[in-house]
Order: sequence, then structure tokens, then C-alpha cells
Amino acid sequence: MNQAYAVAAVAVVVLATVLIGAYGLRISRTTSDFYVASRSVPPRLNAAAISGEYLSAASFLGVAGLVLAQGVDMLWYPVGYTAGYLVLLVFVAAPLRRSGAYTLPDFAEDRLESKRVRRVASAFVVGVGWLYLLPQLQGAGLTLGVVTGAPRWLGGALVAVVVTAAVAAGGMRSITFVQAFQYWLKLTALLVPAIFLVLAWQGDGAPRTTFDEPATFRERTKVTVEQTLRLNIKDPLGVAVHGRIDGVRHTGDKVALPPGPHRIDAGTVLEFAKGTAVPEATNGAYSSAGSRWSRPLSGSRDDHPLYASYGLIIATFLGTMGLPHVVVRFYTSPNGRAARRTTVVVLGLIGAFYLLPPVYGALGRLYAPELLLTGNTDAAVLVLPGKLFGGVGGDLLGALLAGGAFAAFLSTASGLTLSVAGVLTQDVLPSLGIRHFRLATCLAMAVPTAANAAVSNLPVADAVGLAFAVSASSFCPLLVLGIWWRGLTAAGALSGLLVGGGSALAAVAATISGRPQHGWPHALLAWPAVWSVPLGFLTMVLVSLATRAAIPASTGATMARLHLPEGAAGPVERVQGVGQ
Amino acid sequence: MIALCVLGTVAAAVALFAAGAAFGRLSARGGRAKDLGTPVERATFHTLHTASLAAPPLRAGLTEDTARKAARRLRSLLGTHALCLTDQASVLAWDGSGGHHRAQVMEQVGQVLENGRSQAFPVTCDDMDCQVRWAVVAPLTADNGALGTLAAFGSRESAVLVRATNEVARWVSVQLELAELDRSRTRLIEAEIRALRAQISPHFIFNSLAAIASFVRTDPERARELLLEFADFTRYSFRRHGDFTTLADELHSIQQYFSLVRARFGERLDVTLQIAPEVLPVALPFLCLQPLVENAVKHGLEDSVAKSRITISASDEGAEAVVVIEDNGVGMEPERLRQILRGEGGPSSGIGLCNVDERLRQVYGDDHGLVIETGVGAGMKVTARIPKYRAGVHSGPPLRRQPRAD
Repeated sequence: MNQAYAVAAVAVVVLATVLIGAYGLRISRTTSDFYVASRSVPPRLNAAAISGEYLSAASFLGVAGLVLAQGVDMLWYPVGYTAGYLVLLVFVAAPLRRSGAYTLPDFAEDRLESKRVRRVASAFVVGVGWLYLLPQLQGAGLTLGVVTGAPRWLGGALVAVVVTAAVAAGGMRSITFVQAFQYWLKLTALLVPAIFLVLAWQGDGAPRTTFDEPATFRERTKVTVEQTLRLNIKDPLGVAVHGRIDGVRHTGDKVALPPGPHRIDAGTVLEFAKGTAVPEATNGAYSSAGSRWSRPLSGSRDDHPLYASYGLIIATFLGTMGLPHVVVRFYTSPNGRAARRTTVVVLGLIGAFYLLPPVYGALGRLYAPELLLTGNTDAAVLVLPGKLFGGVGGDLLGALLAGGAFAAFLSTASGLTLSVAGVLTQDVLPSLGIRHFRLATCLAMAVPTAANAAVSNLPVADAVGLAFAVSASSFCPLLVLGIWWRGLTAAGALSGLLVGGGSALAAVAATISGRPQHGWPHALLAWPAVWSVPLGFLTMVLVSLATRAAIPASTGATMARLHLPEGAAGPVERVQGVGQ
Repeated sequence: MIALCVLGTVAAAVALFAAGAAFGRLSARGGRAKDLGTPVERATFHTLHTASLAAPPLRAGLTEDTARKAARRLRSLLGTHALCLTDQASVLAWDGSGGHHRAQVMEQVGQVLENGRSQAFPVTCDDMDCQVRWAVVAPLTADNGALGTLAAFGSRESAVLVRATNEVARWVSVQLELAELDRSRTRLIEAEIRALRAQISPHFIFNSLAAIASFVRTDPERARELLLEFADFTRYSFRRHGDFTTLADELHSIQQYFSLVRARFGERLDVTLQIAPEVLPVALPFLCLQPLVENAVKHGLEDSVAKSRITISASDEGAEAVVVIEDNGVGMEPERLRQILRGEGGPSSGIGLCNVDERLRQVYGDDHGLVIETGVGAGMKVTARIPKYRAGVHSGPPLRRQPRAD
């Protein structure tokens, strides 16, 4: 891949973001016409902005990578990411907007009149935000690494610095237009190369039978091993080697590896002949044993694929409503009805976008199988144009994809950083005062950056899935019960958040640190939503019932405000809460 | 007098607690866990602790919920078989056994409330196991007479019970008194906010009508439009319900204000708007920007002859909306401005600024007052930072209704 084009594309995207942040370049209306200036953001624009901020590295790179490595099971990711908005639309969007809350802690305080619930909700916003930022930084490191050969940490650091600077300098003011533009940029960056790739695939005779076989190299392929690999070879494997295998140094000679475990040192170049099956790395994500790529639940990934699928479905369906950077965008809608309409448009926009990553995944299976060996499957989207086209055309398409990927990191990361920094300033470090937003911004970014250095090799989409699981176990019960059940009490919400969200968070921490590797313990901790979401709901309901006497005095008035359409009701007397 | 009593009681309680805490620390420093004071002291601490636990619910006033929470603590304070709290008409909470005597107690409560003195009376009961044989009913009084009663029940007649019940009732009365004070403080703040609610100036009404009158013959169509704007503007300004509005509605009203001002000053007024559409739904105190705009117009136009430029901008800064109103008018001596904001500016000038500043501080806290930059001849820049969410601040249409053309 020609680096110049890609570097230029990334630079353009980064530069634009810096300028917008530093100079507060607002595409807001500057006019003396009051009528135009005081028109609120139309649902279509707001929806594009939500989509732009939402579609992150996980969507742009991760989904394709997972589909490549593990097959059609992984299509639940795009389905779940989209369907989350359906749940949001049906249960949350309009009432949340009518509550007048800007952030989730605001909602908790408004509904339950408790500063303590507010503080705990803030802590979870920060936790979910950090968990979600981590894969953005990882994706950035990966992208920059693939494009320029830079070390992994550099891309993450670059995004961290750019986003921190932009958010701290300008607060990323009035970015609705910018985020909406980012959506169309990402869609274009993925759509145009996809069209060319599909055409090229057609031109290649549209091979499809290979989907079911173990992945094979379709031509002579050189693979550079970046990190030391442990291979577990089933059949004898012939390969030309530059470097060290099993401690023996080779210089381009052909080696026949017998079945069994082998160690390949970092920096080794392997050259596979055409038609060789891709060997299986024990520390990689890919396992060919008994798996059929195009058959769901064929046991490729986990010992308990059905359970894992349900875990994923519950986390993504219910987790979207608790993402801090998504929730604040609904405040922009002038009323509940507009919020609902916005969500419908978001469903359309995101649905359209998610048709594309699986295409890359499938094509990557055919044309870039060496990614399975190195475990670098998240790079599938970026390397495909170079594989199928080569030359300037491939370079340009690759550059477009790299630029789009960086747009994805920057927009999601800046939205998340802004939300996390806002919550840190307001709720976690209020003693520092409002003016310490910059300090909070640095803190908001510092933690995931440090984590990024410590944790490598977590697939991007998996990490995002963990953030969704925590969000689904804490905020989903809070929002759904808060909006639809009068009986919720502050004590109930508090214990539900702590038990549901806390247990999910603990499971996530165990997973990231890589504790149980196999069997049910691994499955339960890697996909906590199946048990932690019901646990959160149950705790909230039971503790609320037990503390029935403490239902906030103004619950009736608050519920009326949440559920009655604006302007449909006459004046409602606000009930003065006793002792508030 | 009563306030003094309250203060005295509170001071005594605080002093006792402080003594207890100091004593506790001293004994802890001694490192001997068993050294917790004499049995008498321990009993005192226990009593004080129980009383302090009962206080918070009572500070919220006398309702079923608070009575239930307090009754449990009060019963352990008195050590009786049963205890009940009533208001003037019914039993609010009954803690302990003998709940079937409720009706019987209420008969006595009427008398106690009437003469304001406690009474002890025997309770007749057919149930041989019932522990409730004797009742003491003491009134709970506050500023405005008896609020309810406290009734304690024992198995026999006892002078100790009568005395203890009276003392506890007096203590509860003090707490209820404090609750009353809390409530009046809240009411005072609310009344202050309401009193601060800006009024449009009579001068403006007079000037606008005069300007409209000048168009009636020359341009009747324009006069009609202006009258309609005037009607809209006054309807918004004079509305009675709801203390909060949205930035969009406030801007709408400012637009009408400007069209009326233009009728008077024509092209001498140049307005630039820079509004981030994201902050239009932000809720803010009713009529808190219009006085600032009026001020800018006054400084720019009425006190000079040059062309006036006014810039209104609203930007989105995360959890806050920042509204800036800037004019290139005559400006002001900073010292004079300080006087005005302290409320010493005299009746003629800048009531608007002071009023808006105070209301913003009342609603959002002292961090969110107006920030004003000015100098003589240097124009004036007024910045207001408005949080997007603050508990209790809702522009919520369920609280008000305003039909809009669009």
C-alpha cells in the first residue's frame, strides 16, 4: 500500500478535527433573521449527527474483522448495534427528551430526586465511557500501523492527543453539522471501495465455495509475523521461511513443519504457496477445528456459541440507550415527538451503514486469509483494496478507508471524551469547580490511553461489546423502570445500578485481564449481559418493593411530564416534595 | 420567644453532643474499649442517640410517612408498649401493640387539642393479653397552635410515663417548629424568585405605542403588523404561569421586541445573531435575556446618535449553554456597574441587569451570575452561562401551554 495517500487522508481528517476544535469553527447560523436562527435542529440532521458519533471503530473495522475470523455468527453485531435504537425508540427516546435531562445522571436525579443515585450513575457513565474509548484508541493504533507501519501505541496516542486538544480547547462546540458530515464521510468511505471490491470479486468469477472450507491462500503470499506466534498445526505444512522457527534460523529455505505446536518469532517472514490452508494460531482468534464459517453456532469461537450469541444480543439491544454520547444528542431535539422521529431516521441510516462491513468480512476471508494467521483481522477493511487492485486505484481506495476509519475514531472518541469530561467536571470532581473542564478532559482521556498501553490484542468489536454489556446492566434497568414504573425508589435504583452494573463491570474486568480462558466461567464472564441484565432489573424491582414507602413524592408529576406529549396537557400543579 | 426556646434547646443539644463526642474521643485515645463512661452516662448517650435518629424525619413535618419513621424511634426512647402519633383528625402512625385502640384514642385527642394540655386516662380493653391499659396523650404544638398529639401507652398508671411523654412531646414540638421554619424559608425563596420576575418597562410600552401611532396614517399595514407583534410580545411577557421558558421562546420574544424597536429607530439598529441550534431547547428563567437586550439597545441607541450594533450569540459548551449579548454603545464605568449589581444603582438605571443577575444566582447558584465586561465608550458584553439541566428547572409544557404558529 502506498503510504503517502493514506497518510494524506488521515492528516486531512485529523487537521479538520483540530481546526474545528481549536477555532470553534461553527457551522451554525449567523444571520440577523430570527426566524431562521431560532429554528431547531431538524430530525434528519440530528439523526445523521447521532449516527456519525455512534459509528465507531468497532463498526468501521471490528465487525468486518470478526465476520472474517468467525463467520456469520458475528452478524449479530451489526444487527444488535442497529436494533438497540429500536428499543431506544420504543421505550426511551420521547420520555427521556421530555424529562429535560441532558445526561443520564441528570435523568436519575430528575426522576428519583436523589443526589446519591446521581453520583452512582455518574460513575457508571465514566466507566462505560472509558470502556468504549479503549477500543477506539486500539483501532486507531491498528489503522495507523497498517497504513504506515507505525508502532501500535502511536495511533492511539495520536487520537488521544488530537481529541484531548480539540475538546479542551474548543469544547467541540456546535458539532451537530460536523458529526452529520462525519456520518456521510464514513458511509462514503466504506461504500465506494465496497462497490469496487464487489465488482472486482465479480470479475474474479465470484468465487463463493471457499466460504465453507477452511480458509486457504489463493496465491503465493508473504506474511510478516509482528508478534511471536504459537501455531498448532494439524497437517504437515510446507512454507518458505526468513527468520526463526522453533529457535532455528532460516534464510529463505523451504521448511516442512510436522504436525504439532510450533513457535514463530516476531519479525519472521513466512511465504505460503498457493492453495495452502491457513494454519491455526493458538493465541489468535481463529480456529478451524470443526467450524463452518457460513453456518451459525458451529462452535468456532466459544465453547458455548448459543449462550455467547444471546449475551451479545442482550447487551447490544439494551446497551445502546445507556451510551453517554448518544443520550446527550437527544437533548437537541425540540420535543419528544422530534426525538422519536430522529430515532427512526437513525435506524435507517445505521441500518444502511451496517450492510457494508459484512461484505468486507466475507471478501477478506477470500482475499486476505493471512490475517487469520497473525490475528490482525480488524485490519481486513484496510488491506482489501491493496489486495484486489494494487496500483494507484487500490492506494486511493485504501486512503479513503483509512481516512474514514480515522473519522470514526475521532468522532466517537471526541463525543465520548466530551461526555465523560462533562460528568467528571460536574459530578465526580465538583470541588475543582466548573473551570476545570480541561483538567477533566485530560483525565477522561488519560485512563483509556493508559489502559490501551496495558491491554493489547482485545478484538475491537469485543471490547465495545463489553461496554454495551455494562451499559445494558446498569442504565437499561434505570431508564426502563424509571420511565415505565411508578414504584421505582432511589434505594432500588441505587442497588440495581450497583448490583447489575457492578457485576457486569467485574466480569468485564476479569475478561480484559484474561483470567478464565475456557469453558463456562469464560463464557459467563465474557458475555455477562445474559445474567447481569436480569440481575439488575430484579434487584431494582425487589429493593424498590421493599422500600415502597420511599417512592419520591413528586413521582406522579414527573411521570406526567415524561409521558404526556408537550402541549397536550393543561397546567399540572407541581407537588411539593416533602422535605425537599 | 419560641424562637429563643428553639435556639436554646438546639444549643443545649449541640453542647451535649459535643461534650459526648469529645468524651468519646478521649476515651478512645485511652485505648480502652471498656472505658465508655458510667452506666448513667451510657444511658444518656443512648437516649441522645435515639433522639438524634428520630429528628431527621420530623424535620420534614408531620405526615404519615415521617410519623411512621419517627414513631419507632420515639417508642424506643420512651420504652413503652405502644406509641402513636396523630394529627388533628386521625392516627398517622401506630408503633407497637394494641392497634385496635385507635378509635378510642382519637376520642381523647379531640379534648387534648382543645385545651392544649396533656391527659392521662385508662384504656378499657376486652382482650386479656392486651398490654395497653393506660394512655398518656400530649399535644404537639407549633407556632400556629396544636398540630397533633403524641400518645404513649403503658400497662399501668405511671407518673414517670406522664412526665416522659410530656418531655418527648415538647421535644417533638421543637422539631416540628424547625420544620415549619424550613418550610417558610423555602416559601420565602420562592416568593423572592417570583418577585424578581422581570417586568417589561412601562416606558417601552409607551414608546412602542407612540411609534405605532406614527404609522397609523402613513402605513396602516405596517401599523397593523406592529400591533400584532406588540400583542404577542405582551402576551408572552405578562403570562402568569411557569417560571421557566426555553431559549427558543425567549429568542422569539426578543425578535418581537426588536421589530418594535426598529419601528422607532429604523436602520440605526444592526442586529447579528449567532445561535447554535443545539441550545434552543435549553430551559431558562422566564424573561432573563430580554432585559439584557433592552439594556444593550438603551446603551447603543438612546444614549448616542451613532449606528448601533448588537450581537447575540448562544453556543453549546457541553453541559452548559453560553449566551453572550454584546453592544458597541457607550459602555459604563466598572465601578458604577458594581454599584448597580449590588442594587445601589438608584431607580433609573440598569434594574434589568441586577434583576437578571439575582435570578440566575437564585436558580443556578452563585457560580452562574452574569459576567459583564465593559468600560466607558467600550461597549458592553454580558455573558450568561446556563446549565442545560438543573433539578426543578423545567420549561415543561405540562406546566404551561403556549400555542405557537409553527
